[in-house]
Formats: sequence, C-alpha cells, structure tokens
Amino acid sequence: MSHAADASHPADHIPTGLDNKKLMMWLFLASDCMFFGTLITTHLVYRKIYENVGVDPITVFDIELTTASSFILLMSSLLMALAVSAIHKGDVKSFRWNLVGVIIFGTLFLGGQVYEFNHFVHLGLTLSTGTFGSTFYVMTGTHGVHVALGILWLISWLVYSFSPKFNAHENAVDVETAGLYWHFVDIVWIVIFTAVYLIEYV
Amino acid sequence: MSLTTTTTTAPSPTPPHTSEEGPSRSNIGLVRPDFSTGLKDLLTTVDHKKIGAMYAIFALAFLIIGGVEALFIRAQLAVAENNLVSAETYNQLFTMHGTTMVFLAVMPLSSAFFNFLVPLQIGARDVAFPRLNAFSLWTFVAGAIVVNISWLFQAAQALGWFTTENGMTDIVPAGGWFGYAPLTSDEYTGIGTDFWIFGLQVLGIASIAASLNFIVTIINFRAPGMKMMRLPVFVWMTLITSILVIFAFPPITVALGELMFDRYFGTNFFRVDQGGQPILWQHLFWVFGHPEVYILILPAMGIISEILPVSSKKPLFGYSLIVFSGAVIGFLGFAVWSHHMFTTGLGKVATAAFSLLTMAIAVPTGVKIFNWIGTLWGGRIKFTVPMVLSLGFIWMFMMGGFSGIMHSSAPSDAQQQDSYFVVAHFHYVLIGGSILSLMAGVYFWMPKMTGKMWYGKLGYWVAGIVIVGLNLTFFPMHFLGMIGMPRRTHTYLEGTGWEPMNLVCTIGAFILAIGIFFFLYDIFRTLRKGPPAGDDPWDGRTLEWTISSPPPAYNFARTPIVHSRDALWAHKHGKESVKLGSVEPSPGGIHMPSNSWFPLVASVGFLILGVSMALKQAGVPYCGYIAISGLLITFVGIYLWALEGPGGYHLHPEEKA
Repeated sequence: MSHAADASHPADHIPTGLDNKKLMMWLFLASDCMFFGTLITTHLVYRKIYENVGVDPITVFDIELTTASSFILLMSSLLMALAVSAIHKGDVKSFRWNLVGVIIFGTLFLGGQVYEFNHFVHLGLTLSTGTFGSTFYVMTGTHGVHVALGILWLISWLVYSFSPKFNAHENAVDVETAGLYWHFVDIVWIVIFTAVYLIEYV
Repeated sequence: MSLTTTTTTAPSPTPPHTSEEGPSRSNIGLVRPDFSTGLKDLLTTVDHKKIGAMYAIFALAFLIIGGVEALFIRAQLAVAENNLVSAETYNQLFTMHGTTMVFLAVMPLSSAFFNFLVPLQIGARDVAFPRLNAFSLWTFVAGAIVVNISWLFQAAQALGWFTTENGMTDIVPAGGWFGYAPLTSDEYTGIGTDFWIFGLQVLGIASIAASLNFIVTIINFRAPGMKMMRLPVFVWMTLITSILVIFAFPPITVALGELMFDRYFGTNFFRVDQGGQPILWQHLFWVFGHPEVYILILPAMGIISEILPVSSKKPLFGYSLIVFSGAVIGFLGFAVWSHHMFTTGLGKVATAAFSLLTMAIAVPTGVKIFNWIGTLWGGRIKFTVPMVLSLGFIWMFMMGGFSGIMHSSAPSDAQQQDSYFVVAHFHYVLIGGSILSLMAGVYFWMPKMTGKMWYGKLGYWVAGIVIVGLNLTFFPMHFLGMIGMPRRTHTYLEGTGWEPMNLVCTIGAFILAIGIFFFLYDIFRTLRKGPPAGDDPWDGRTLEWTISSPPPAYNFARTPIVHSRDALWAHKHGKESVKLGSVEPSPGGIHMPSNSWFPLVASVGFLILGVSMALKQAGVPYCGYIAISGLLITFVGIYLWALEGPGGYHLHPEEKA
C-alpha cells in the first residue's frame, strides 16, 4: 500500500521504462529463488537419509488431497491475473470480487496445509522425524508463511479499496506488484509439489 | 548553481523550503514529520547523505570494537603459554572479531559510500526508496546490537545480575564467524550462538533491503544520457556487489534458519545421530561466504578505480575491461565456494573442478590490477593521501592475491588449511585490500561530505604507520603457517620456534592500532578545524564534484544531462559537444520526501525479537511473549509506514544560472 511518489524522480524519464516497485519485486523474487532453491536442495539431499524415520512418506502422503489443494492454489493465480487486469481497466467492482476469490482460494490452500500437517503428525511424521520430517515441515511451512503473508497483503488491498484515497489508476501498479509475488509463490509450489510429493511415487 | 558555468563558485546557503501544500495528511490522519536538525532528524531522516554518514559513524565505532578484540588476541599470543585470557574467552574474541569486522565494519563502511556516493554520481536526487534506506540503516544497527549485547549479558552474569536457568557460561558467540554446525548446536554452545544467529539474520535483512534499493536506484535513477557504460566504475561495483548480496544472503538465511530450528524446535538438520550432515552447513555457509569475500572487496576496487584516474590526471585505462572483469569476478564468486572445503573430502573431481575455477578468478583480478597500473602509466601523478593509500592497496592486495593462488591448488591448500598462512592471506586481502581502500575513500570524499579539507601531514603519517603495521603484523604469519602454527588455538608451547615471530606480529598489531587511532583523530580534527574544501578540490571527474560541499539536501538544483563517460572532466576540459547540459527546473520546485518514524519502529521490532529469542533459550521467563510483541511491532511499523502516505514538500533552490 505504498504510494507512487515516494521520491521524486530527477527527470521525467525512467531509462528502463520499468516501474521502480515492479523492478524491486522482480529483484526480490530473484533473491527468493535462491531462498527456496536452498530449501528444496536441502530436502532433496536429505530425503533418502532414513535414520530413525520409521515412517514411509508414501503411506503418510495423501496425494489426492494435495493435488486438489495445489489445483486450488493454481486457480487463485488465474483470479489474481483477472484482478490485475480489472484494476488496470479501472473496474474496481470486478477487481474486488476477483481479489475475494484469490483470498478464499489462498485460505483454502492454507487450510489444506494445516489439515495435512495435523494429519501427518498423527501418523508419526513430525518435525523431529529424522531429516525427512525436518526438511519437509520447514520447507512447506516456509511456503505456507509466504502464502499467509500474501493473503494478508491482499486483504489489506481489499480493505484499502474502500478508502476514499484509493485510486484504481494510481494503485494499479501496487496491485500488480502484489500479483507478481502471488504468482511467484504459486510457481514455487509447483516445484515443491513435484520435488517433495510427486518424487516419492517415482 | 548551474552546470553550464564553471563549478568553483562558493557553496550557496541551503534555501529555505517552502511548503505551500502545508503538511500532507495521510489516509489515516498520520502526518509525516519535518525535522531538519537534531537527534529527531537523525532518527527519522530519509536523506541518503545523512544515512551514509551514520553508516560511516557506526562502522568506524565497530572497527574500534573489532580492533580491540584483535589486540586482545594478539596480546594473548605474544608469548608462549600465555594466560592473559582463557581458552573460552579466546574463542569468543576471535568469533566476535571476525563477525564484527566482516558484518559490522567493512560492509557498513562500504554501505556508507554506496549511500553517500551512488545518487550523487548518477545525478539523482535520492535513492529509489528513501524510507527503505532508513530501514536498512536501523535494521543494521539492530542486528549489530543483537550480536554485541551478548558482551553486556556476560558482564552482567560476571557481576551476578543475570543468571541463566541452566547455569551456562557461554553467553558471547564462540563458534567462529563461520559458525560450523554441529559445533554450534545446542549440545556444544550456549546462548551466544543464539545471539549470533538472530543478529546475523537481522543483518541479512538489512543487507538485502539495501541492495534491492541500490539496484533499482542505479538502473532507474540515472541522469539523462548516463548509459550503463557511462556509469562511474564505483557505481558499477556497487551494482555488482548488490547483485551478489541478493543472491548470496538467502543460502545463509536458510542455513541459520535450519540451525535455529535445530536449537529451538528439535529438528535434525545438523544432528549427526539422526542423519544430519555437518557438510551441509559448510556448503550453505560457503556458498554465501565466498561471494561475501567479493562483497567486501568489490566496493574497494570501485573506490580505487575512482581515485587513481583523478590523482594521475588520466582517464581510467580500460574502463570496459574493469567493468566486465568486475562482473566476471561476481559471477565466478558463486562457483568457487568449495575451495574452502578441500580438506573435507569432496572427491577428486569436485576438488579439481573447484581448484580450476578458483584459479580462474585470478584472471579478472589480474586484469583489474594491470588496468590500474595502466592508469598510472604516463600520468601526472599527485601523491595525495588517498593516492598513497591507493598505491598501498594495490601492493597489499596483490600480495593477498598471490597467496590466494597458492590456496587454490588443492594439494598445497591441504598443507595450509587452518594454519596461520590462511590468516595472513585473508588479512592481506581484507585489511590491505578493503580497509586500506575504504580509508583512501574516506580521505578522498570527506571534503565533499563535510565541506572541510584535510590539512597538515598527519594523513601521510596515517598511511605510513598503517601500511608498516599491517605488513609487520601479517607478513610473518605466512612463515608461522608454513612452520605449522594452527589457527584458533589460544596458546602454544614453548620451544616450537614460533615465539619470536608471534612477538613481531603482536608489535605490528599495536602499530597498526596506532595508525587507525591517528586516522580517527585526523577525521575528528578535520571536522573541527578543517579549512573549507571548495566544490572540486581534486579536479574530479564525476558528477558529485559539480555540486557544493557539503551537498544541499536536493543534491542537484538542475538534473545534469550527460554526454560522455568522465562527464565532469569532459565538461571542464573537453570539446563543446560533450559539455554537461541540464534539465529545465520544474516550476513547482523540487519535491522532497518527508522524514518518517516507521523505518526505525520496524527495526526496533527486530531488535526486541532477536534479543528476547536468545534470552528465551537461557530460560528467562516471558521471553516468548516479548519475542511475539517484537514481531508485532515490526508488522505495525510496516503497516503505518505504508499508510502514512507520500508526504513531502517542495524546495525552490535559488539558482544563479
């Protein structure tokens, strides 16, 4: 919810033509790639070390449920794209409804993760179940935190869109920046879903 | 003053700002403060020049703290079987010395130059995100406090004012600046490691935030006509360093997070009996740690590349090669981390590959050194203090580079590993390289920053004493390493033959300290009594010398239009076609951002979070709740930051066009 004119630009032109906030988000996401890359690598290195595990990931994982929640998360990306498109056209009503959709879908995904974690712990896969449990929960949990922060961010925009200061034209780039973040979190989930869940069935 | 006239007119007084808009109210009724002097201004400022100056002050303070720790280390090793400090204290000293010098002295001193110089050199009025810049500064301070407050808790424990639940004595970080797990797991170390983990995480947030800001600034805020290949070399090196930071810090963030989870929540990342692998820490640490070496040295290279052309009155020899070799160093920096792990047994193929890649880094580094020598060649050299320090840098850095090539060969590294030879190598690079060139930068740009000029011969004495002290301290360490003296041991036996050279090293360290003392005294003396510097005391080549010293809040009354590399030099001495132009001033005046409290608030949240999480481990009650409240303070700070609105006022500089 920051505003366009934080620092006056010295000239009326931007050499790259790329908005400051969008460029910043792209760079942050580049940094975040290294972050998730490190977490995923740790998991791939550790997942076959079975000291004291006692539980088999395949018997614990519920691939149907996770597939469904992954689909929900991907669909939220579609709604996010529609929301960004709507605000660029100045259609605040459509923007709000699509944003509500993103928030609901994101929350459903998070709910699925909470249910999953709870269920897995009952089946004996905990944070301290060998190295598999440690990397699994830390990595998927970190992703969950990213989703939760994204939901918080989007709720803030939904609330702010009712403020008299909200200006669809000026704030479109801010929403687009939040959208970039949301799409990134979804794309990372595809990698995690493949590298953590699907790979166990190979 | 106008850019189309000569640039030696007297500095114009800062014109009063007229805020015809009145204080701008934000969406929820918050008003951004408009302090212009005093402590409140420093705490809320978003001006990149003031932030840069504060970075410098904090960095120099930590240079003193890290230096005192080093003097204790050297005093302990001066004679054999010394017991000035205990083995435990010795571990704490070298851990804190390394951590302080890398994260709290050299990096922030580089940041001071980034902050102060980058907008001035690219013809911008500020960085892209002024409040984020203030947030980086205060978050750095918060992280520095989290790491160093451990000394206070240790003192409190010694006085009986503070007790840990389990009576642990290990309150100051003692696991080395590399923090090798599992030696830093909760079985072997006390809450010192927790202070270290949280302090480093907070410092990492500060570094990444600052780097994102600088990349956007450099890419988007260049003056009209300043193409990428016209950027001053210092700005290029800032860009490359910032890119290294945003890619190198996430792996250490993950590693520290995993170590934290092991210590607090019972995970098994580094628990060997549960399948955890100590070597994972080494990979994650050094995939950060090696680029970090270049994060420390590339700004130094940028500073040297600015000073040498000015002091020898020649353009920088091979500008494009300097830029590209900097980029190549940055790229290869990510491909050589395993040369820190030659003795961990990675196998022949990996060792050979990393050996070759490490040797390859010598090529772009050599290119840079030859370019500097080419710049000096045939130049009209003026031996100013910054120039003497720069020449010292080239020599010292070359020495460090040569011993670096020795390490790159895995068989010889196997002999030198963990010996004083390594200590000699990286101190030549990091003191002879980074610190010497940062000192040169301070001497070079202090006149611009403060409007005061250095005077007398003290600067030459500083350069002489520091360079002599540095060689006396670290040159004998090569031999000490060769005859087998190991790193990180608090004492050694008599009759090893190491005694005389250790005594020489200790004497050298105290001489070096005297040099640094005179350096700080020279800054202080100049600030109090230095004569006016004038706008362009060195006959400079870059845009910062076109404006008055110290620069006005808005930097440039009219944004310059650049037509060539070395823009100011071309303007002063070149043809008509390459003279600087300027953008017509906006009739509404220059828009300036207002101050803000919220970057500071968000950083204080991190401080509370870090300290209370470490104390939680010591069994201090309610710390979990205090940690959560710290996190909430950060969140509230960020929300209010977003909601306080743009603020700002308009300035009408009086122009003499």
